[in-house]
Amino acid sequence: MKPISATNDFVIKFANVNGSGSASANTLFAKAIMRMGVPISPRNIFPSNIQGLPTWYEVRVTERGWLGRRGGCDMMVAMNPQTWDPDVAEIEPGGYLFYDSTRPLPASKFRDDINVIGIPLTAITNAAYSDPRQRTLFKNIIYVGALSALLEIDVPEIEKLIAEQYKGKEKLLEPNIRALHMGRDYALANLQCPLGIRVKRSDGVGKKVFVEGNSAAALGCVYGGATFAAWYPITPSSSMAEAFAKHCRKFRVDPESSKNRFAIVQAEDELASIGMVIGAAWNGARAFTCTSGPGISLMSEFIGLAYFAEIPAVIFDVQRAGPSTGMPTRTQQADVLACAYASHGDTKHVLLFPEDPKESFEMAADSFDLADRLQTPVFVLLDLDIGMNERLCDPLKWDDSRHFDRGKVRSYQDLEAGARFGRYLDIDGDGITYRTYPGTHPKRGSFFTRGTSRDRYARYTEDGKAYVDNMQRLLRKFETAKELVPKAERIDASRATRFGVIFYGSTGPAMREALADLEDASIEVDALRIRAFPFHDEVIEWVGRHEHVFVVEQNRDGQLRTLLVAEGAIDPGKLTPVLHYDGTPITARFIQGEIAQRLGAFNVTPIKKTAATGGGGE
Amino acid sequence: MTYLAKPKLHHPELPKNKLGFTRRDYEGTVSTLCAGCGHDSISSAIIQACFELDIAPHRVAKLSGIGCSSKTPTYFLGQSHGFNSVHGRMPSVLTGANVANRDLIYLGVSGDGDSASIGLGQFAHVMRRGVNMTYIVENNGVYGLTKGQFSATADRGSKSKRGALNSDESIDLVLMALQLGATYVARSFSGDKAQLVPLIKGALLHEGAAFLDVLSPCVAFNNHDGSTKSYDYVREHNEAVNSLDVITVHREITTEYPPGSIQEVKQHDGSILRLRKIEASYDASSRLSAMTYVQSRYDRGEIATGLLYFAPTPRDLHDSLNTVATPLNQLNERELCPGNAALEKFNAGLR
Ligand SMILES: Cc1ncc(C[n+]2csc(CCOP(=O)(O)OP(=O)(O)O)c2C)c(N)n1
Ligand code: SF4
Repeated sequence: MKPISATNDFVIKFANVNGSGSASANTLFAKAIMRMGVPISPRNIFPSNIQGLPTWYEVRVTERGWLGRRGGCDMMVAMNPQTWDPDVAEIEPGGYLFYDSTRPLPASKFRDDINVIGIPLTAITNAAYSDPRQRTLFKNIIYVGALSALLEIDVPEIEKLIAEQYKGKEKLLEPNIRALHMGRDYALANLQCPLGIRVKRSDGVGKKVFVEGNSAAALGCVYGGATFAAWYPITPSSSMAEAFAKHCRKFRVDPESSKNRFAIVQAEDELASIGMVIGAAWNGARAFTCTSGPGISLMSEFIGLAYFAEIPAVIFDVQRAGPSTGMPTRTQQADVLACAYASHGDTKHVLLFPEDPKESFEMAADSFDLADRLQTPVFVLLDLDIGMNERLCDPLKWDDSRHFDRGKVRSYQDLEAGARFGRYLDIDGDGITYRTYPGTHPKRGSFFTRGTSRDRYARYTEDGKAYVDNMQRLLRKFETAKELVPKAERIDASRATRFGVIFYGSTGPAMREALADLEDASIEVDALRIRAFPFHDEVIEWVGRHEHVFVVEQNRDGQLRTLLVAEGAIDPGKLTPVLHYDGTPITARFIQGEIAQRLGAFNVTPIKKTAATGGGGE
Repeated sequence: MTYLAKPKLHHPELPKNKLGFTRRDYEGTVSTLCAGCGHDSISSAIIQACFELDIAPHRVAKLSGIGCSSKTPTYFLGQSHGFNSVHGRMPSVLTGANVANRDLIYLGVSGDGDSASIGLGQFAHVMRRGVNMTYIVENNGVYGLTKGQFSATADRGSKSKRGALNSDESIDLVLMALQLGATYVARSFSGDKAQLVPLIKGALLHEGAAFLDVLSPCVAFNNHDGSTKSYDYVREHNEAVNSLDVITVHREITTEYPPGSIQEVKQHDGSILRLRKIEASYDASSRLSAMTYVQSRYDRGEIATGLLYFAPTPRDLHDSLNTVATPLNQLNERELCPGNAALEKFNAGLR
């Protein structure tokens, strides 16, 4: 079998044991490649456990800058005996297996069609260190050193990164550098270096930044003017709250008084966190909570209140695999419907779907304008894949001439000047009414907020007409929302095609690559990236112009497809779901394979259609 | 059914407070509660307290959960913003509101079902956070609005209107508030305005978590023999430990009082709480004695009322959060948004 040969284009996967300190060594490896100007796209695949279970870190090295997962693995750094068999099986034919050869393994443990690189890591480490903790930690750096020789990674870049990491802790710097060279020297002396896969300096990274989606979203909250976060710990959203705290400490401490221009409360549960957000937003502060699926379930009653009583609330749902506790550390896009219709009664909510950290930043900032503008809950739907992985993306940007849009708020002066005030009066015909912040004016503009039905002057009533009037206005407001939310992104094929594909959120990067691969195989499809719900009319028109549309999602039931069918009155037979939901981030290979295969079989009448036209009652 | 606004005809002779408001300016719409419901007396005590304290009505934010008691904010302080939230979760909404604007006066009104059953968690946490508020539970031992089921404050062995005996132990919110760190804890009875009004005033002036448990008989479902929350029972078993005079900074502070039985405490804002001890041994400055006292009276079937505990210089949530003096909802873009230059620096750190 010919060894895989590729420069700046391969996938390497590290199989480790959770809690062994491998994470920082693995990131070091990835970042060194990035510092060489070669784009990378790493993924953490980790268990819901603190210590002992298997964990993987996959680094895609990608000169062309594809940021999704490709699928497959060209080199496995197999450091976990527990997962040896599946790890070895995962390697592409011609690929490489890097392993600790301290203890010889029987031949049956290997494959003939891969290249095996053994290095006696344990022996090297044990000879150099006596402390068990040091042995585990430095072993990781030693393999990074060896890999640097095998893959031709610039050593000064790694050394610089180590120096940055241990800034202020210089005592730790030298031993790490020593370990690095120990591994490197061993490889240079004993192994054939470099391998067929290798890294070469390039300028593919440019000005791009490398940042976690949760951190970028949290920074978006700072820029968007959020002063209050209330949250309850849950993976994979906790790092967003923690990042918000970090950014606030950096940007929001009043230099004179050392007092905080922000408040963060770790609530007792999700019920309380959303309650606090609602209270704060009612009182005119920009507030948010971040959570994941189980949190959304708990918040639902309050979300309905915010919808009906018309209170802005920003909710970040960093989705993970459900239902129930599901797979807490695996990714999915499975809360779309739960968020779109959260709570009992007729409710509909605004959803935003960022595709990368940069858009997480932007949409986070925008969400506060939208929530204030529309006086309603706004959900930003991230997922574990964007939230908890560092990704390359364009630098974050802010337009300094931008102002917060606080929406329709009557000030003391407005009220004093005799502005007409009825909390639920639709003066402008867009369904959005005027509010006042508590304490604004001694005589005018106060109102009572309640989740029970009320008239246009916020007075409690059970009159059916007033109720319907209000519910209709809320629909009008939702129509207005269509114009305010980010438009879908169109990616047109180079020639006319009957086929389209819809995708959203973290699927974006893999989708773009799949589209390019399909095009290489002469399969042309138009693509549409949905960025928000409610869907703009153009989305529905776009679907109408195509004979068949694939909807690619990371959930079992095709939740966005359901939303399209329900809200866009689209013929379900026209929308073919392409679903990936095993908890790992979707790959370009999967999407391309599914679409190519289905298109190939497309002349066959779809089963669904026959079933739908048959039947004549019971 | 629509709420009736009270006619705003002001009698020229009505007494005015310092702000020029009459008592009527502190009223809300006409109550729709059952005639004789204890909750209405509490509303009227709140009106009285705010009037006497010269509070600008629009500077009060009144929040509640769900229940007959939680409906009451509509019946007082018509010029205040009100918020009827969801069942049992008023504390979190109040907390958020308070964090957003520390300059308003927060008044939370809840029921015993609201606070001791579905909302027990939020009740506990709002107390331990020390949110600056006046939290009043209108305690009738039943779910009034859903027609008479026992709530968690119903005493074990007490009887429902239909004759069922309550077999569960009751929760005493006063003991809980004491244990959880509330810094002003009192109990009173809706039928004892002379005691209730000053207690509400003291709570409103208190700059920390003030909790008031007010026994408030439900005439529709819990005012019969065998109930320990009926008018007669509460009246007969009320054991007042002290009575309170509240002297605000606006008023002249008089210094004349009979020594020995008086405890005078100056608060943050300069106001003075003057406690007249009825129970000579009672010590309102000790959490522990308050807890012991309340429990020992309870064991005797008595209900200790009065100002049970208070700390004159409490810490509130804003102290813990170290927030700026300007209310968060008044900070402007310049103070909040770091701008593009800072972002570029941030970007540089991400390569
Ligand atoms: C989630 C939820 N569960 C149940 C109810 C029904 N409910 C409305 S009021 C109430 C009890 C109110 O009792 P309490 O707080 O003691 O107030 P009271 O009416 O006695 O003043 C209940 C159970 C509700 N509104 N929401
Ligand atoms: S049912 Fe009871 S608590 Fe409710 S209004 Fe009537 S008397 Fe008051």
